Amino acid sequence: MATKSIKAAEAALNSFATGPDDRGFFGIFGGRFVAETLMPLILDLERAYEAAKADPEFQRELTDLGLHYAGRPSPLYFAERMTAELGGAKIYFKREELNHTGSHKINNCLGQILLARRMGKTRIIAETGAGQHGVATATVCAKYGMPCEVYMGATDVERQAPNVARMALLGAKINPVTSGAGTLKDAMNEALRDWVTNVRDTYYLIGTAAGPHPYPAMVRDFQAIIGREVREQMMEAEGRLPDTLVACIGGGSNAIGLFHPFLDDKDVAIYGVEAGGHGVDVENGHAASMTGGSPGVLHGNRTYLLQDGDGQILEGHSISAGLDYPGVGPEHSWLKDIGRVTYVPATDAEALDALTFCTRLEGIIPALESSHALAHVKRLAPTLPNEHLLVVNISGRGDKDLATVAKHLGMKI
Amino acid sequence: MTKHETRIDVRFAALKKQKRPALITFVTAGDPDLETSAAILDELVKAGADIIELGMPFSDPMADGPSIQASSQRALKAGQNMIKTLDMVRAFRAKDDATPIVLMGYYNPIYVYGNERFLKDAKAAGVDGLIVVDVPPEADDELCLPALKAGLNFIRLATPTTDAKRLPMVLQNTSGFVYYVSITGITGAAAPVANDVHNEVKRIKSQTSLPVVVGFGVRTGEQARAIARGADGVVVGSAIVSAIEKSLGSNGKPTEATCESVSRLVRELSSALSAD
Repeated sequence: MATKSIKAAEAALNSFATGPDDRGFFGIFGGRFVAETLMPLILDLERAYEAAKADPEFQRELTDLGLHYAGRPSPLYFAERMTAELGGAKIYFKREELNHTGSHKINNCLGQILLARRMGKTRIIAETGAGQHGVATATVCAKYGMPCEVYMGATDVERQAPNVARMALLGAKINPVTSGAGTLKDAMNEALRDWVTNVRDTYYLIGTAAGPHPYPAMVRDFQAIIGREVREQMMEAEGRLPDTLVACIGGGSNAIGLFHPFLDDKDVAIYGVEAGGHGVDVENGHAASMTGGSPGVLHGNRTYLLQDGDGQILEGHSISAGLDYPGVGPEHSWLKDIGRVTYVPATDAEALDALTFCTRLEGIIPALESSHALAHVKRLAPTLPNEHLLVVNISGRGDKDLATVAKHLGMKI
Repeated sequence: MTKHETRIDVRFAALKKQKRPALITFVTAGDPDLETSAAILDELVKAGADIIELGMPFSDPMADGPSIQASSQRALKAGQNMIKTLDMVRAFRAKDDATPIVLMGYYNPIYVYGNERFLKDAKAAGVDGLIVVDVPPEADDELCLPALKAGLNFIRLATPTTDAKRLPMVLQNTSGFVYYVSITGITGAAAPVANDVHNEVKRIKSQTSLPVVVGFGVRTGEQARAIARGADGVVVGSAIVSAIEKSLGSNGKPTEATCESVSRLVRELSSALSAD
């Protein structure tokens, strides 16, 4: 106990980057709130991950896959016309949408599939919202010849049809989930039910930095390549670190990946942008868990949740399937409470506007998820001086969203 | 371990004298509505239930199969909440001071109600024990230890994945009884293989003096009887809430058959366990 409190005190004094503690907590957030059937496996997974993390061969294999399979490093691109248009901070895009499979999700999937193989697991399951994680999981399963089942809310199956087709082509079995509102939360419930049933041979490849410990820390570690590259690339481009970072937050894996390597650089301002849906004052009309929710326990961790006064989870709403989740990774909840990161909402309308804005100015169609981050850049950049360096994470490409965007903009495709 | 003797301890002591395994019945509080649910509790006792597990409905019951998911949804749709669930227990206690009631569910509704306030109100309402699916022994200080201090039993689940190394930790702060989950899976799934269950129950009983009961996948009197051999009790849940579901009218409302169909099933289970 004594060592733990010393560790906590040190963390408070010197570093924001030492969490979680040995029970998986970031302050009061995180932990391992799972059924007994899963508990032994969760502990196995933690041991296996710690061993892999310390194994140079594992790290070498992962780096090699990043380089030759995923296409890392992703570029850091100076968005010149957007910068000129907004008339303030110098805006850089971290181009995660250029990764193989079209989003940052591949970073995590490559790490976890190597781990699943090390653990001798023979079957992979995953949940997906927008389908980006489902596609990335189906991709690594195809690469390693492992059977893959993806749980996806029935509503999302409908609004993300291109990704459903991609997963099917990659050989994954898609299980549409009709319980609840048929979105990401319900898909995660069903994946957990599958896991508890097939716990001995199945590896649950969680797509975001949430769930029971060690997932939030592990997914963060696999995504932190984003922030590490930005540090190097910005040093090369500008000779110094960026002043501001912006990323969208659903579960928050692309954001924590960008933020984590900068948490201890106290001069770097950090913004996470949540899905404001129809507006955060519209009950059940948004998916901004931190702006409009309260702490609770769901899907294995304690974190900010959208819930009613009786602790029943609300469905939430976002135009973006990838942000349509009533919780958030526990490290974000902690970073919010200690004030290191500022979390703000962007509405559906603002995200759509930012998507077209970016597309017309830069010739880059961002995912609806990433468009939430761009919406905040649009608000923030004009208030900042010209020498201010701002990095926004373009976490995914928008091809998958064309049907949604066309519908909202009244276009025929 | 708790020093207070609860209704659960008293009930198991009595059943031991009768050399009869406990029939533990699960229903969700407020399913299909508050009034019918309260009437069903009375029927359970009349039909031979020895202990009642009362589900606290939750929007996201991750360890439950379709039957109990649906029952949770019906209860929430009818307006059930934690305050009403505790009121139900209080009203039941006014009529029946002997039948143990165990509240079963997930952590979030308790956490949001407030752990301390919940334990105090549950004890005052006449609750005897708690089963909280997603709070493992690693988090004993969250809810288990405060519950024991408040005079409530905290009943843990042991599962086929709880190996020898882990079992002592699971048993450490368990009280009332141990609930052996007979399969790796969700509630209401395929029936367990009786012989596997007997061996596991034997393994757990060698490590604890507490009663060991078996649940998950038990639907009929015959299964209950086979599973109960060597155990101190059997839990039946999904089969009962399915009976409730089947008895509802096309509008989803209870019918005259609702209480009767629960009663019929519980009588069958009870007589199968009593027959020697």
